[in-house]
Amino acid sequence: MPQHDVLVIGGGLAGMRAAYKAKSLGADVALLSKVYPTRSHSAAAQGGIQAAMTSEDSWETHAFDTVKGSDYLGDQDAIEILCREALDDIIELEHLGVIFNRTPEGRIDARAFGGTSYKRTCFVADQTGQVLLHVMWEQLVGLNVKSYEEWFVTHLIVEDGRCAGCVALEIPTGRLEVFRARAVVLCTGGLGQVYQPSTNGLAVTADGLALAYRAGATLMDMEMVQHHPTTLKSNGVLITEGARGEGAFLINSKGERFMEKYAPKMKDLASRDVVSRSETIEIREGRGMDGCVLLDLRHLGPEVVFKKLSQIHELARDYANVDVLKEPLPIRPGYHYLMGGVKTDVDGRTWDASGGRRWQGVEGLFAAGECANVSVHGGNRLGGNSLMDTVVYGRRSGAAAVGYARSVDWVAVNEDAYKEQERRKIKAIFDKPPGLRAADLRQEMGTAMDDGIAVFRDEESMGNALRTVRSLKEKSSSVSVHNKGHVFNTDLLSVLEMGYMLDVAEVVGVSALNRKESRGAHARTDYPERNDAEWLKHTLVSWTPEGPRLDYLPVTLTRWEPQRRTY
Amino acid sequence: MRATLRVRRYDPETQPTPTYKEYPVDLPQYGTVLDGLLDVRDRQDGTLSLRCSCRSAICGSCSMRINGEARLACKTLVNKIASPGETITVEPMGNMPVIKDLVADMTLFWDKVRAVEPYLQPVGPAPEREYLVSNEAMERLTVAMNCIMCGACVSDCTVLEVDKTFLGPAALAKAYRFVDDPRDGRKMERLEKYTQTSGIWDCTRCNMCVQVCPKGVAPMERIMQVRSMAMEAGFNKTRGARHASAFAEIVKESGRLDEMGLALKTYGFFKAGFTLTGIGLRAFFRNKLPPLFHRPIATAENVRRLFRRLGV
Repeated sequence: MPQHDVLVIGGGLAGMRAAYKAKSLGADVALLSKVYPTRSHSAAAQGGIQAAMTSEDSWETHAFDTVKGSDYLGDQDAIEILCREALDDIIELEHLGVIFNRTPEGRIDARAFGGTSYKRTCFVADQTGQVLLHVMWEQLVGLNVKSYEEWFVTHLIVEDGRCAGCVALEIPTGRLEVFRARAVVLCTGGLGQVYQPSTNGLAVTADGLALAYRAGATLMDMEMVQHHPTTLKSNGVLITEGARGEGAFLINSKGERFMEKYAPKMKDLASRDVVSRSETIEIREGRGMDGCVLLDLRHLGPEVVFKKLSQIHELARDYANVDVLKEPLPIRPGYHYLMGGVKTDVDGRTWDASGGRRWQGVEGLFAAGECANVSVHGGNRLGGNSLMDTVVYGRRSGAAAVGYARSVDWVAVNEDAYKEQERRKIKAIFDKPPGLRAADLRQEMGTAMDDGIAVFRDEESMGNALRTVRSLKEKSSSVSVHNKGHVFNTDLLSVLEMGYMLDVAEVVGVSALNRKESRGAHARTDYPERNDAEWLKHTLVSWTPEGPRLDYLPVTLTRWEPQRRTY
Repeated sequence: MRATLRVRRYDPETQPTPTYKEYPVDLPQYGTVLDGLLDVRDRQDGTLSLRCSCRSAICGSCSMRINGEARLACKTLVNKIASPGETITVEPMGNMPVIKDLVADMTLFWDKVRAVEPYLQPVGPAPEREYLVSNEAMERLTVAMNCIMCGACVSDCTVLEVDKTFLGPAALAKAYRFVDDPRDGRKMERLEKYTQTSGIWDCTRCNMCVQVCPKGVAPMERIMQVRSMAMEAGFNKTRGARHASAFAEIVKESGRLDEMGLALKTYGFFKAGFTLTGIGLRAFFRNKLPPLFHRPIATAENVRRLFRRLGV
């Protein structure tokens, strides 16, 4: 049975950052990931990473922009930490090898992004996430961090209320193994494939969210899902906000720059929730084209496009047959990011270590990155803040996990019993008579979620989505597989992933239905106003045998009182 | 659009050798080969295994051979490589063992990338803020940093086909990224390392990696950059470096390539005789031996003038 002081599950940017920090502190740490780390979806982040670097800007301004962007649902203590520590982390990343674009003076350059007061988004062309991800991987190679690649976690082990490791399946061989750890850090990303279409990769299937939820951790603000304003119609692929940051703008079928109407000051660079809503209104009121509006990059010229937006040029050419230098690109809002996640404190702990027991959780289990909710993004995330979130809170979680691991003893784990339990679970799937398959359920769930709980929502639409999800949950127990082998059985994985996604989709539905106001990405047509008197609070959901249980927790305010939010 | 995917199937648990299986697919206008394979996996045959995630050519999971050439399935539009109804052959990457179906074992690939010490190694204390470097220097590295480690170049590398020890295009393109990074402090050590056997001089410049790379990294061109840097840094004693210098010298002198002279200068007289006599004899009997003595070219002075103008 492999055992490590700290086991990081998930090899994206947050996971590698946590593992890097833990190793730097001298801990015995291992990284376990279902894909090779460089395949993680952090690579798809295009536009950049936010940090206040210039003399006119300050971390306080960054923090205020983030608080406002979150529609005052973000916890301000967590936001302050994020923005205060961002600068040092950017410098550290640069020292580790990130090739940021530079100013003529040789300093790290920054571009404008949505909802930001200054140019603050540091970038590497339009492949920032990919470069960050690869540089962190390089560093783990340099530090010789133990890495278990293509291992799929089927179960989190909790003994006496403490997380003691996990059971995982080695994808290339089908072998089950129990991993014991003093501390576990979950960095498994969001729930991307719960929605169809989605900017997220096929590997983003809510694994860690469901594992934590089933293990007793609390999920928070799961109704807060972000639709990105610019995604391709054909396959939902992301077109970076950096395009608008570099000067591109949105037009409707009449050629009007409609964002001037909805956000007179920030226009195309208003917050993502605002732009996605504006686009949806334009399309619904008949000023769209084939369910899209247009992103116009023509005036940027080849110099900017080829040097700073080359990936966009390629994606538009390949998947929409559009040369962005010659014609505007049809785009529409599409599912992109989960602001919600596993509730953690500012050191990634998923349990309430204050002793106040205001929220429950699992001792020894940490979370960071998109699967966690610290919460810095609240009701709406600013572009460029997710990468910073993975870097700052990945590091803090890694450090805290080491501290925790050093303070506790090993928990006894019955290896054989856990292996047998998971073996039986898999056998039960193999024994199902042929019929329904996971892919059928996935499509139905994705469409229902995107119809019901997307840019705009109301009681009826959300109720429909939740009903569909619950009926699919019923059906999911009879899902069967074609492949009953051991070697690289992705058919089996698709069933296990489907189970994770349905659990989490139900939590999104329950959370959304119960928040009776509009805030950030949660825009209800039946409750169109924000209601601070009753709803300036986080939604908490925990697992019970009877179904999801709802609780609420006040938002932490430090120095910014809620104000009307306009752009 | 309709097409048929002819997919190489292999399951080590049930089959001694691979077989091919055909699947009809019907795809939207901008459907990719990956869309087709997912359709097969989701709706026709769940036993098909492949790696994929991002669907947008950034995660590097889905490289495979499509109609004989390494490509990303998610970046390959069906309508670009086949007419309606045509058959598209899909196989796992080459130069790597196969785990199952389209899933290649990339262990050796990663081992080779690790072997070039793929991490920045600055020397001396770090500055308080960022290193001050020019945007041009960073943009130059972007080309190599574009690499998503998909393995396409390694799959189709013609040197790896005959020599498994070659570090290969992906690892060496990664090596370039550090040699040319003004922040790295171990340029000389790196160049010395990369000039060893299995390194930069083992590339035969066949251009295959440049052709198949889906991200414009052009690994061979990166390898050539490392070669130039190595020779400039004084690492010119290896056979590859001597070959390159001798090549230039001979052309400069005579205006043409004298293969015999090249062999002598690269290997030295005795070693050339020992190593190359067999090859020479085989070439002679097939009537392919280059002339032992070349007639001088009257206008060779023009070539010399070119060299002078280039200052080399």
